[in-house]
Amino acid sequence: MPTEILMPALSPTMEEGTLAKWLVKEGDTVSSGDILAEIETDKATMEFEAVDEGVIGKILVSEGTEGVKVNALIAVLLEEGESADDIGDTAADAAPAEAPAKVPAEAKAPDAAETGPGLVQTKAPEPDWPEGTELKSQTVREALRDAMAEEMRRDPNVYLMGEEVAEYQGAYKVSQGLLDEFGDKRVIDTPITEHGFAGIAVGAAFGGLRPIVEFMTFNFAMQAIDHIINSAAKTLYMSGGQMGAPMVFRGPNGAAARVGAQHSQDYAAWYSMIPGLKVAMPYSASDAKGLLKSAIRDPNPVVFLENEILYGRSFDVPVLDDFTVPFGKARIWREGTDVTIVSFGIGMQYALQAAEKLAEDGIEAEVIDLRTLRPIDYDTLLTSVMKTNRCVTVEEGFPVGSIGNHLSATIMERAFDYLDAPVINCAGKDVPMPYAANLEKLALVTTDEVIEAVRKVTYR
Amino acid sequence: MATRKTAKAPNVSADELKQYYKDMLLIRRFEEKAGQLYGMGLIGGFCHLYIGQEAVVVGLEAAAGEGDKRVTSYRDHGHMLACGMEPNGVMAELTGREGGYSRGKGGSMHMFSKEKNFYGGHGIVGAQVPIGAGLAFADRYLGNDRVTFAYFGDGAANQGQVYEAFNMSALWKLPVIFVIENNQYAMGTSQKRSTSTDEIYTRGAPFGIPGEMVDGMDVLAVKEAGDKAVAHCRAGKGPYILEIKTYRYRGHSMSDPAKYRTREEVQKMREEKDAIEHVRELLVSGGHASEDDLKAIDKEIKDIVNKSADFAKESPEPALEELWTDIYASDIPQGAAVEQDA
Repeated sequence: MPTEILMPALSPTMEEGTLAKWLVKEGDTVSSGDILAEIETDKATMEFEAVDEGVIGKILVSEGTEGVKVNALIAVLLEEGESADDIGDTAADAAPAEAPAKVPAEAKAPDAAETGPGLVQTKAPEPDWPEGTELKSQTVREALRDAMAEEMRRDPNVYLMGEEVAEYQGAYKVSQGLLDEFGDKRVIDTPITEHGFAGIAVGAAFGGLRPIVEFMTFNFAMQAIDHIINSAAKTLYMSGGQMGAPMVFRGPNGAAARVGAQHSQDYAAWYSMIPGLKVAMPYSASDAKGLLKSAIRDPNPVVFLENEILYGRSFDVPVLDDFTVPFGKARIWREGTDVTIVSFGIGMQYALQAAEKLAEDGIEAEVIDLRTLRPIDYDTLLTSVMKTNRCVTVEEGFPVGSIGNHLSATIMERAFDYLDAPVINCAGKDVPMPYAANLEKLALVTTDEVIEAVRKVTYR
Repeated sequence: MATRKTAKAPNVSADELKQYYKDMLLIRRFEEKAGQLYGMGLIGGFCHLYIGQEAVVVGLEAAAGEGDKRVTSYRDHGHMLACGMEPNGVMAELTGREGGYSRGKGGSMHMFSKEKNFYGGHGIVGAQVPIGAGLAFADRYLGNDRVTFAYFGDGAANQGQVYEAFNMSALWKLPVIFVIENNQYAMGTSQKRSTSTDEIYTRGAPFGIPGEMVDGMDVLAVKEAGDKAVAHCRAGKGPYILEIKTYRYRGHSMSDPAKYRTREEVQKMREEKDAIEHVRELLVSGGHASEDDLKAIDKEIKDIVNKSADFAKESPEPALEELWTDIYASDIPQGAAVEQDA
């Protein structure tokens, strides 16, 4: 029986990839360990090896095809004695026939998996750019890279340091191309030594530079948190305003996919507690770009919380020479009158999905993306709650001492008389992140939980 | 004094000797006064005195040049005075007053002076070491030949981040002098009980960082070693380690009963090795200063210190609005490109 060769998953968050190149053709004899193809994921181009020996009977996905789903059938391997005729109809049917062959990258329409609910921008009443501005579709990853490149062109004292940011082009490919443009003086690979390089970057900021520190993930920044908080955040105050640390600590934060408890934690609430820090946690690509540019220019230390799952998502980004988004200004993604759903970062995907589904049942949710957690745009939130009289908060982090807890308290203090129902906090569960796929899903906040919370507060 | 390296024929001018004497005496008298004010309840919290270690900073500041930077731990009063910060401002910070360097918001452990390139005053043991390497990183990036002195104690020398900083400083040839002020006690734990080696500076060798042990009770030896280290760093050869053997006469902080060592041990150091007495003897025996000259210096120093204490008592407490200032800097440059300043 012919052996099916399937599209491999080559990273924890990979759902699809590009079949960049076939290194074999139909009729070739291959043995275990031979390189069959090059697969391009959102992070890297990887070689894909044969695990069995045989003859390549049929190639079902041609090279250059983008958006090939993990586990899609891409080729069939024939064992000795088998011929191409043995390839059953099932195999042919299973081929991702819809996957358009050789679609040029720029013509590619963003599909649902890539964009999620991100493209639901129809009702945003307060765009961050002038009407009529040209827009382009860009991934969060590209937007972050562009933000750094633009700011590095603008200010020669801005530099990037972190693990694998230079020659490897970024562990998550966020810094791709920066080494080539700016050289190794300004794009610096560090040893694996978070506590040390965070401290060095703080000293460099004291000394007049504008460091961007990339943590491969914010889980590893736990090793460096003393410098982020004690050295960077507090010095301006402790020095009576004489000196501070104008710098950015950035990297992916929160759960990725199936990487377990030590690699899946949302630090939003931790850093948001600290006076002297600014904290941003963007959802869309335009916010990622505009906020990161603002963060790099900010004279204060900024913790910039990205998300690995969002890196590959595409959103509209304005084509402007110098597009920035200010800190402390929430974005209303969707206007509504029945309930306010407030979130930030990846929590926005659940908030927006829930709002879409609720709309089908006639419940109109106003969806607010806080975008920055220090400062928080309380006014936009309170104005909305005073209009809708109900509020659900959504975040992926732990539920105790969460951002949602803080928002609830603020709403209670400042808009108590406007509330028609208690505020409900939707958050991650109060457990370390499990590895098993089903348990991991259960540990994270879900769209259904948000919907259920909205039904509770609207009594519908 | 026979063991001192420079005791035989100090190659130093009378003026230099007098300056060392004055600088060290200022630190000692200042710290004695701080101890008194602490006892009177005018200084709160933690207060770590530098008495006994004066030759370390005075010797190294004599080796430092214009624009060089320094950063240290919470035992920082001596470093501030030695780099030229005003005794009034330091003392008023100790009393938590408006006239203090941080307008009363930093305290004994957290003081800074941009003007004097003094980058703190850090309360977390060892944190100042990578910060010091980072200051040197900035200078190397900006292309100047400044040197940073990163001071830390024998206790901090057991913090992991010190070695992370050693590694990157050597890797990137950062112009930083790691100054281990080895006063032999990490709070109440002696070096013998805490540290796997008698010679901490040798821990730089695996990173390729040269270093040496220096007699920290001899300001001339410290100056000489400092000159060598500064020349090494300024020449772009990377970091250098000075382990300066010294001794603190007082407790770790004002609240330390000092049960971990004997009164006799302290007394012996004071009598036989005191750095200020050493210079005093050199001044007298070399015919550079008469007893009257020295008395005049003593009086001059005493006046400065008394004045600083008066200032620190009279300066008002910070205005209540100060609670809410200096949390964020607000000068966000917008639009135009930033000019490079180096």
